[in-house]
Amino acid sequence: MSSGLYSMQSKEFDKTLDMKNVKPYGDTMNDGKVQLSFTLPVPEGAEAIEAAKQLIRKMGLENPQIVFIKELTSGYTFFNCYGNCAHTVDFTSINVPKVESTIMDMHEADEYIKENIGRPIVVVGASTGTDAHTVGIDAIMNMKGYAGHYGLERYEMIEAYNLGSQVPNEEFIAKAVELKADALLVSQTVTQKDVHIQNMVELVELLEAEGLRDKMILVCGGPRISHELAKELGYDAGFGMSSYADDVASYVAQEFVKRMSNKNL
Amino acid sequence: MQSKLGLDFKKVSHARGLAGKIALDVQSFVEKYSTVAVERTLCRLVGIDGVDDNMVPLPNILVDFIKDKGVLSEGILFFIGNAVLSENLTPQEIAVKVASGDLDITKIPVAPRVEIEKALKPIIDSSIRRIKERRERRENYLKSLGEGPRPYLYVIVATGNIYEDVIQAEAAARQGADIIAVIRTTGQSLLDYVPYGATTEGFGGTFATQENFRIMRSALDKTGEELGRYIRLCNYCSGLCMPEIAVMGAFEGLDVMLNDALYGILFRDINMQRTLVDQFFSRVINGFAGVIINTGEDNYLTTADAFDEAHTVLASDLINEQLALIAGLPQRQMGLGHAFEMDPELENGFIYELAQAQMTREIFPEAPLKYMPPTKFMTGNIFKGHIQDALFNMIGIWTGQGIQLLGMPTEAIHTPLMSDRYLSIENAKYIFNNMRKIGDEMEFREGGIARKRAAEVLDLSIELLERIDSEGLFSALEKGIFGNVKRPRNGGKGLGGVVEKGVNYMNPYVTLMMGGK
Repeated sequence: MSSGLYSMQSKEFDKTLDMKNVKPYGDTMNDGKVQLSFTLPVPEGAEAIEAAKQLIRKMGLENPQIVFIKELTSGYTFFNCYGNCAHTVDFTSINVPKVESTIMDMHEADEYIKENIGRPIVVVGASTGTDAHTVGIDAIMNMKGYAGHYGLERYEMIEAYNLGSQVPNEEFIAKAVELKADALLVSQTVTQKDVHIQNMVELVELLEAEGLRDKMILVCGGPRISHELAKELGYDAGFGMSSYADDVASYVAQEFVKRMSNKNL
Repeated sequence: MQSKLGLDFKKVSHARGLAGKIALDVQSFVEKYSTVAVERTLCRLVGIDGVDDNMVPLPNILVDFIKDKGVLSEGILFFIGNAVLSENLTPQEIAVKVASGDLDITKIPVAPRVEIEKALKPIIDSSIRRIKERRERRENYLKSLGEGPRPYLYVIVATGNIYEDVIQAEAAARQGADIIAVIRTTGQSLLDYVPYGATTEGFGGTFATQENFRIMRSALDKTGEELGRYIRLCNYCSGLCMPEIAVMGAFEGLDVMLNDALYGILFRDINMQRTLVDQFFSRVINGFAGVIINTGEDNYLTTADAFDEAHTVLASDLINEQLALIAGLPQRQMGLGHAFEMDPELENGFIYELAQAQMTREIFPEAPLKYMPPTKFMTGNIFKGHIQDALFNMIGIWTGQGIQLLGMPTEAIHTPLMSDRYLSIENAKYIFNNMRKIGDEMEFREGGIARKRAAEVLDLSIELLERIDSEGLFSALEKGIFGNVKRPRNGGKGLGGVVEKGVNYMNPYVTLMMGGK
């Protein structure tokens, strides 16, 4: 019997996990398997398949396999594909600044506030500046919430005021003072030409000029906002994609308690 | 009809009776009031359209004009009719003159009421005719082209650009969609005017404008002719411009409209008095135009628990049915809402969902029920999401729902990509075809989980309806009975636009549309 054919041992495969060179894992270490699907605005056919393969190679994936294609409507073809990623990342050098708080759900947060603060926290939020989008602030504040996470309006121990969109920074601050806000939420959805940066910086400057900056917890959020950016601009915390009311409420409540105990020292 | 669930229909008619009393109580309030939106709707009905140099719609200019003069209570038709009579101008010409400051319609000597009514009659008759012709156009299409089997496959397009929406809608229709809903841009429900013209920028959706309606309707007519199947168009007759959107839809041949005051009150914080008055007139128009309305009960379950609060959905469906009947909207046009929203971790959740869907079907046998897909427990795991949608589709076909709002695997991630819509339609078509007659084959075991569940939900909704009946709907809403959301009677948006009708008030459309079938 010829050797090798029936042998289960001789097959060579990579078992090394190198944290400095991490690749996607399919079923074998470092196989680089990636699954993807997309639509190209081209008619179905051999040319479409070739176009998809070329594109996949340009994405840094080797051995492109087109496993399913379907013309969705005339001139638009959908692909399910696989490829092997040629690239790696150095996991050991990654450093992501994070908001340091334990995430609580609505009931836990309400309980936490009741026990540790003993009164509702006043949170005032708005989409400020020229930004007309309420989608972000609504997702965090509105009763209905977003993706199954209730908004701050539903919290028993949070008095939430959603001022809506296109709120000028001056007006925002005036309202915050009037409502005796403990925390301010700034939502920025439009980020073209970095208009959000200017606007967010302006708010911090105004708060500082009025001597209010340290009296309120200042939080920003939006699809293009990270905690890192927020800190850089002088905010206490920033929430990006996949953040929900739970994240914001947990942070604000815990930060509030932290500041309370600092004052009592 | 024989109940597969052993429902006690005596209890059902008791529940319906309670809902009828609740609705009549609301109506006794509604009849005494008008709103800026109702008055703008009347402007549009008598042919006023277009905007001034600042893009302010002429109906807004006219209605704000009489509101500023403190005579909104007399109603815009009184002033328009009077001006038509004395100035010998069309309503549109009058609006243009008011906008340019050349005419004060509140300063014209008042003619006798019969004269004003006579001057308005041909104008009103022609708008009634226009809507009737639109309705007949749909009916002819349905006769000549036919339509897809129920449940209708309902998908959304939401690019923000009406022209891009057309491409997505045509693609969806070719893949098998029966109803195309053009999602509105975020925040439109809170605008106290309807934007004008074709629009190409929106966020999470596209502005509802009359021109956008026209563009999409004509594209779907073409696609429908090509496919040999009529494609329905849906938009959102909700928010602060509820009746205005209804009349625009009636003029442009929309087929389905989300139309639910309770949704606006609870989830958009619109003032309850305002939106219930608006809703009545919008339902009168939708009823007359042959439009299927969709109600938003499913949304309660996105804030409240779908298992514990199922009875609030049934109670609200019953109230919505009665409110619609009062507005002359027949059962066959009532897309009452309910949803598949239980936690997927719940043991036997599928059986509970099945029981509730079957129960809703049996309680509203004529209504093209609108069944909503899972949203609350869609996580971004598109693979599991696709299976959740499959379970939902099984119940849709099993219990004979009217309108199946197709769930997207990418729910909670982004507005649907063209391929998401394809996958969802494929999912539904596969299941609907593969399980077409499952409902005829299967019965629910006596004493089993499904029968018990249906009986329990019905009992709980009767208890709730009894409570609402003794309190009144307004006060029940203040106490947070639906969706655990509390809304004050004098809070929320749009209260400033509500007015008690004065002695000269006239709106002949209500009678004409409700009697003129």
